Amino acid sequence: MDPRVIVITSGKGGVGKTTTTSNISVALARAGHKVVAVDADIGLRNLDVVMGLENRVVYNFIDVLEGTCRLNQALVRDKRVDNLFLLPAAQTRTKDAVSADQMEELCGMLRKEFDFILLDSPAGIESGFRNASIGADEALVITTPEVPAVRDADRIIGLLESMGKSPIRLVINRLRSRLVKQGEMLDVRDVLDILAIDLVGIVPEDDSVVKSANRGEPLTFGDSAPAAQAFQRIASRILGETVPFPDFSEEQGRGFFAGIRKFFGRKE
Amino acid sequence: MALEFLKKFFGSGGSKNIAKERLQIVLIHDRADISPEMLEQLRRDMIDVITRYMDIDTSKIEMDFDRADRSVAFVANIPVIRIKRGVAPGKMEQEIPDGGKKAQPKRKPGQPG
Ligand SMILES: Nc1ncnc2c1ncn2[C@@H]1O[C@H](COP(=O)(O)OP(=O)(O)O)[C@@H](O)[C@H]1O
Ligand SMILES: [Mg+2]
Repeated sequence: MDPRVIVITSGKGGVGKTTTTSNISVALARAGHKVVAVDADIGLRNLDVVMGLENRVVYNFIDVLEGTCRLNQALVRDKRVDNLFLLPAAQTRTKDAVSADQMEELCGMLRKEFDFILLDSPAGIESGFRNASIGADEALVITTPEVPAVRDADRIIGLLESMGKSPIRLVINRLRSRLVKQGEMLDVRDVLDILAIDLVGIVPEDDSVVKSANRGEPLTFGDSAPAAQAFQRIASRILGETVPFPDFSEEQGRGFFAGIRKFFGRKE
Repeated sequence: MALEFLKKFFGSGGSKNIAKERLQIVLIHDRADISPEMLEQLRRDMIDVITRYMDIDTSKIEMDFDRADRSVAFVANIPVIRIKRGVAPGKMEQEIPDGGKKAQPKRKPGQPG
């Protein structure tokens, strides 16, 4: 299999890029692939704490690019699962510390070592986003079902298209089925109508996301939380499996029928 | 239009229809901010099509977006020099290699577009 470099990005900040990167990285590693999660959010690093690896960070990828250390000295191995590594960002540098060429060079180095390279990108449309995306083949765009997030997602999708990324797929995060049922939140169909790109996952609002970030234990290490299952399904779809969207109808406000189907034992 | 909007609004009683409608409108405006390269490509494509029917003064073409409150129009002003004789639309279609088929009914799911 050719290595795949996937940038996880969004227009608006705080919509769940880091959460998605950490959970999908764990799920892909648990499926037996060699994975590196790269924190490409220079100066605002937080993938290390969300993954619970902050105490083991020594170097960062700028050190690698500047020749201060070798790549394998900067990689932090996750001891909870085989084949999962974190490549941290620098906390005390600014986004200008790396160029687009250097980011491409870094991705080239990582391609030789890993099956999956997941890049946790900064939000927005400026140099930080461009640098993080430049070396990627594919993109996951994260949005919540809210007006500002969807609007900014549209902008980012346009930029990613003009950069030639393919596929560009959408994750709808923090869907609240109660609000959807009440007609007080955009549903999945609405968001897809507006953005017109392929959907790769729907993640419900789930308190366990906050708890897992507190503990530094990505949810996909366990299997029970609704968000964990959603991230698990996204990982399977990334691996090319056809996984139905089991909560789709429910999350679209047709919970009654979804309930009936569950009652008759429809399997996922 | 206004009635339909109100119907939608009260029909399901939620704020999500307002959200969707606002998004659709704001994105028309956002996307109308197209790049100069795309506009240039559009200009060339338009000239290609229109010159099949008439001679035009390509140096005097004006194109712009006309932005109103709830809609955006793409307006082009293309000076005509001479309209070609006897090229009825039906005849043009025969020149299309595809045999000049009329627009396909509707694309069936799964069938490549
Ligand atoms: N599905 C979810 N349910 C509940 N909280 C979430 C969910 N996804 C993200 N969050 C919370 O939202 C905040 C921002 O998430 P984060 O992944 O850091 O976003 P980003 O990296 O895009 O800035 C975090 O506090 C996170 O715990
Ligand atoms: Mg983040």
